[in-house]
Amino acid sequence: MNCEESQKLMHQYLDGDASEEEAQLLREHLHACPDCQQHYQELKQTESLLSGAAYELSAPAAFTDSVMAKLPKEKKRVGYMRWFRTHPVLTAAAVFFLFMFTSVFSAWNNDASVSVSKQEGLIVENDLVIVPEGVTVEGDLVVENGDLDIRGEVDGDVTILNGDLLKGAGAEANMAAADNITGEYQEIDQMFGWLWFHMKQAFTF
Amino acid sequence: MENIIKHHIKNVKKGDQAAFEEIVSFYQNKVYHIVFRMIGDTYEAQDIAQEAFIRAYTNIHSFDENRKFSTWLYRIATNLSIDRLRKKKPDYHLDAEVKGTEGLDMYSQLAADQALPEEEVQNMELQSNIHKEILSLPPKYRGVIVLRFLDDLSLAEIGEILDLPLGTVKTRIHRGRELLRKKLRHV
Repeated sequence: MNCEESQKLMHQYLDGDASEEEAQLLREHLHACPDCQQHYQELKQTESLLSGAAYELSAPAAFTDSVMAKLPKEKKRVGYMRWFRTHPVLTAAAVFFLFMFTSVFSAWNNDASVSVSKQEGLIVENDLVIVPEGVTVEGDLVVENGDLDIRGEVDGDVTILNGDLLKGAGAEANMAAADNITGEYQEIDQMFGWLWFHMKQAFTF
Repeated sequence: MENIIKHHIKNVKKGDQAAFEEIVSFYQNKVYHIVFRMIGDTYEAQDIAQEAFIRAYTNIHSFDENRKFSTWLYRIATNLSIDRLRKKKPDYHLDAEVKGTEGLDMYSQLAADQALPEEEVQNMELQSNIHKEILSLPPKYRGVIVLRFLDDLSLAEIGEILDLPLGTVKTRIHRGRELLRKKLRHV
């Protein structure tokens, strides 16, 4: 090995790039060549000076605060847009609920006229639905936006949305009214009860 | 540590500005180190190091989380430093002298304040000399030498930061080390 090759190998060795075999050849050469030995010692010294110097520096005081103060302020709108971009499923869900609730609200507000499930023998007077005396209504009875007066009998469930079960002709009759229903009786006045009822309807029919 | 940093980066991407503070505070010394060694002047180095973090923040969405954040950040810092050096190239040699003394000022200010023992004063002079000699290297060798001794970066990472092939990184380290050997052998 000549001195030029040796010097090249020194750098490879310092970079951790020399094989064991090459390292051995280098050691042998350095042993025999004082100039290269000197050269290698100087390189080693340079290395240790530089690596020592790497730990001497630290950023000026309050560096972090100063950076944080200079960061651009986030615009709210930008923040929302990024949120929508990064959460497509939630965005879709939010849009869905927005449409659903607007349609539900308009339905709740507009549905002022009385409606009743179609059964024979019922009398509808303005907002009052009457089951006349001596009449038996077969099947489930649903009254929406109106009151119900049962003078006869209902053979099934009764549901009143946004209305009352009238007491008919006095308290006695009222007691009788509840007895005249063979199925369950349900009165729904609250928004969410109403909503729930309609959702159940939608899924069962 | 890398995992904690990744967690903070996710939060920054979600718009949590405060999470970026942790990142700055963790990397500030290293970024400042790179820039100060490249540029020489403490005020200018502080300015560019801050700019590097601000760029990292504003471009955080282009950072690929599968890669190493430090590599990406150091790349921003070295690119900004190299740009600055290019702009002031004409008076570069005159500047280098002035810069060196500013580095010295920093150490001598400290020394005056705290009346340090002789040993430490000598160390500061030594550090100041090393700083001056690194600055006297042509910038292309300076970059690899500065990164080589920072943070145990591998040669491959240095290549990635400076956008250089591995062979070029090695050649530049060898040349830079030879140049410094001649300058530092009598220290």
